[in-house]
Amino acid sequence: MSAVRGGAGGAAAGGGAAAAGPAQGGAGGARPGGPAPRSERGAWVLPLAAMVALAALASLFGWWERFWWGLLAVEFVLLVFTAEAFDHRLPFRLRTPYQRVLAWAFPLVMLATWEWLARSGILNPRWFPPPTATLRALWDLTVSFDRFSETSLIGRPWLIPARLMETGWAGVAALFAESHVWATLSRVLVGFALGALPGVLVGIVMGLNRTVRTMLDATMSAIYVLPKIAIFPILMLVFPDPFGEGPKITVVAISAFFLVALSTMAGVQGIDPVLVQAGKNFGANRFQMFRHVILPGALPIVFNGLRLALGTALIVIVAVEFVRAKTGVGYLVYYHWQVLSTPKMYAALLVVMALGVGLTALLQAIERRVMPWRR
Amino acid sequence: MNLKIVARDAGKTYPSMAGPVPAIEGFDLEVREGEFVCLVGPSGCGKSTFLRILAGLDTLSSGEARIVPGPDPRKPLNNVVFQEYAVFPWKTVRDNVAFGLQMRGMPRGERERVVEAWLVKVGLKRFADYYPSQISGGMKQRVSIARALANDPEVLLMDEPLGALDAQTRAVLQEELLRLWEETHKTVLYVTHSIDEAVLLGDRVVIMTAHPGTKKAEFEVDLPRPRDISTTATARFAALTGAIWEALRDEVHRAMEEQR
Repeated sequence: MSAVRGGAGGAAAGGGAAAAGPAQGGAGGARPGGPAPRSERGAWVLPLAAMVALAALASLFGWWERFWWGLLAVEFVLLVFTAEAFDHRLPFRLRTPYQRVLAWAFPLVMLATWEWLARSGILNPRWFPPPTATLRALWDLTVSFDRFSETSLIGRPWLIPARLMETGWAGVAALFAESHVWATLSRVLVGFALGALPGVLVGIVMGLNRTVRTMLDATMSAIYVLPKIAIFPILMLVFPDPFGEGPKITVVAISAFFLVALSTMAGVQGIDPVLVQAGKNFGANRFQMFRHVILPGALPIVFNGLRLALGTALIVIVAVEFVRAKTGVGYLVYYHWQVLSTPKMYAALLVVMALGVGLTALLQAIERRVMPWRR
Repeated sequence: MNLKIVARDAGKTYPSMAGPVPAIEGFDLEVREGEFVCLVGPSGCGKSTFLRILAGLDTLSSGEARIVPGPDPRKPLNNVVFQEYAVFPWKTVRDNVAFGLQMRGMPRGERERVVEAWLVKVGLKRFADYYPSQISGGMKQRVSIARALANDPEVLLMDEPLGALDAQTRAVLQEELLRLWEETHKTVLYVTHSIDEAVLLGDRVVIMTAHPGTKKAEFEVDLPRPRDISTTATARFAALTGAIWEALRDEVHRAMEEQR
């Protein structure tokens, strides 16, 4: 039926097709019944012209001030139309590079828009400083050293050559140890390791043994949904030094543990039973079964859990550093909020994002190495 | 001739809320050394269950079913070729074929020689370092067959090994199985629901009844070896498959009624 209508639309063009397809007549407009002719799909000039015209008109009549949010939304839709129509026009071999350019260019366009909005005062630059101001603040943070707390953002890299001459690599390590990035990174890494390793072990036992699973599952699932940050005060009481690293690392470890344990359990249970039978049939003993069947079989889902746990670990440590720390990137965010130097606050947030992206990339690199069969 | 598989009055029941459900009842089977026996029956007749019991992956409820050990105590009693291939996705073709030998602790050098030889025999040499996700279903089943044969068990148990393959790949693998069996003369118990396949491959075809499964009839396949796909065009082949279908038809109908 749709083929018949498409044929009619193609032959009679606009008017006839609109009459044949009543449902689409009002909404679709440009595309009455059936696939549109080739030339229509590549019409990217029209939305682009509309975009420019709208922007010009809005500037002319001063609409940006009051309606910037709505205008941006409309501009975005028009941009999508333009980019998509342009895509259809491209020869096939250019499609992939074009997609890649689009993926990078659009965030830049967003940042440029932010820059313009903040500079022209449409957005309050006190709360939303232009991205260039944030970058400048990031540079300031990087090159400055807080004499009072003896901290810096990444450990004064310009001192590395001198330290290397004086005290060797130990001096460089000490330099890095003073940094806020290292403070956060070490808490995340140590806490994550302390939580994830037992998490994997407990998860495997829970996956393999139904009795253990039945006994622990409800409790684990209940604790899993508890925001671990809520038990931070208890952890502070437990440790001899409530303001030291102990409670911070522990809260990260606990958050990672439950996530990793539960996803490992799911991973072990998800192993195709026929593979376990094959392992048995070919004479694998307990250890061989674990090493050659259970562990690799569960690994994809274990890594899923590890990735989630890493993200959670970063969230938890930043939250803890907000309230109870004198070092760390989360502390920087909070401190610069308190003194209302928002560009530096955003700069610190950028560092948090970079840490998250970097750690995830690291984990993915490990994942690719450990599971070569999943390219 | 020595007996390799012996089942006497074998029975298997499964527990259920409504009481025990019989899957196999009073099943007798004898397979001689070097014999290729096909087990054919309607779906759900317990033929796969029986094979899994022989493989040690399930237990009998009554009677006995066992594989007779050979003189060499290091030789594994059985290995299974599963319908779902059951090759390990995380191991390369080579490591999959080597799996049984590795579990048995065969030294690396010897293991590599054996695996190499089997990779050549089943035409997987070129794919030795591929992962299962990179090869086709037919290739995966070749890996599974090579893995079982490389381990050199007393008895090869095959559980509808070609059931998941398309008709053409199936024909190719049937011919390959014939060729491999010609070379090794392994004792094989082969479960299938295809009468054609059973007659083409087997020395003997055992028919099972519908649920609960027991032996209904038995056919000697007197087609001359070596066979290949052209064997299926002979009059004798047609006569045998016809006779087997006569014996099986009622059971298939009964199984269908029960499943309704």
